Amino acid sequence: MLDDLDRRILRHMQSDPEQSIPDLADRLGMTASRLSRRLEKLRDGGVILGQRAVINWRSLGYAVEVSLRVTLDKTNPRAFDEFIAAAREIPEVLEIQTFLGQVDVRLSVIARDMPHYQQIYRTRILTLPHIADIEALMHVARIKSDEVLPV
Amino acid sequence: MTALDDLDFALLRALSEDATQSAGALGRQLGLSQPATWRRIKRLQEAGIIAGRKLELDKEKLGFGVTVFLGVKLATKGRVSLEDFERAVSAIPEVQTVEHVLGMYDYRLRVTARDISDFERVLRRRVMTLPGVGNVEANVLLSEERRLGPLGRGGAGLFQSRIPDAS
Repeated sequence: MLDDLDRRILRHMQSDPEQSIPDLADRLGMTASRLSRRLEKLRDGGVILGQRAVINWRSLGYAVEVSLRVTLDKTNPRAFDEFIAAAREIPEVLEIQTFLGQVDVRLSVIARDMPHYQQIYRTRILTLPHIADIEALMHVARIKSDEVLPV
Repeated sequence: MTALDDLDFALLRALSEDATQSAGALGRQLGLSQPATWRRIKRLQEAGIIAGRKLELDKEKLGFGVTVFLGVKLATKGRVSLEDFERAVSAIPEVQTVEHVLGMYDYRLRVTARDISDFERVLRRRVMTLPGVGNVEANVLLSEERRLGPLGRGGAGLFQSRIPDAS
């Protein structure tokens, strides 16, 4: 379905989503109108879903980031749904992921500082339903974060 | 930078959902002129709050059917330099993110692959051969959603969106 040109377009766009269509067309050695048609096709086909701004939470004053690995009490058939619905209500939760493996759900949580994290952890996280076990990984640094697909 | 006001947060929310919106279109939604909106966006970029853009792709349609998170513990801390490990792991194309963490693991990796056997190839040939790698735990991603985060001036939960991903 995708040809080599589509892949080249996606590689360039992933590495620099902000470049304009004429610039990108130049770099790829094609006309802007041909590139626009290709992009339209990729969007219509649902390959390109959109672009979002990346927020640097540290610059907004959130210095702490914790990855919480949660095991749920799976004897309750509604454990996943109810846990996830409740986790969505916590504003400091940035990501909710579900897994097949030792971990059932992972929450990425940010906080301004450790006292703020403690407060979120005690009042919002530990009160979430159906938790059997919870482990925390504290983020030290992001070494690679572009999340590029090797197309 | 001066404190952010409600309009700045509204802009951050709007751009977190769709970064391709023009300053004119955003301004119309918020009751701001195009130049005033543009200046605010520029200020948010210069303050480093908007750190860039991310292109959202449907990874299934591109043939990447499996995402696995690996927790990696280094076996020989002190003997292997963290920089060597980080450089080597970052060079693997299928490794999409590398986070240095404190806890049960030293590093958390997001790995994408075409299918489980492709993942096994990446794990055996690329990850397990990294310098200093010790215990590795794998969890296969079933679903993920990104939330807007605390951009609602305390009134959180009101402006959150869901970016559905592979499931």
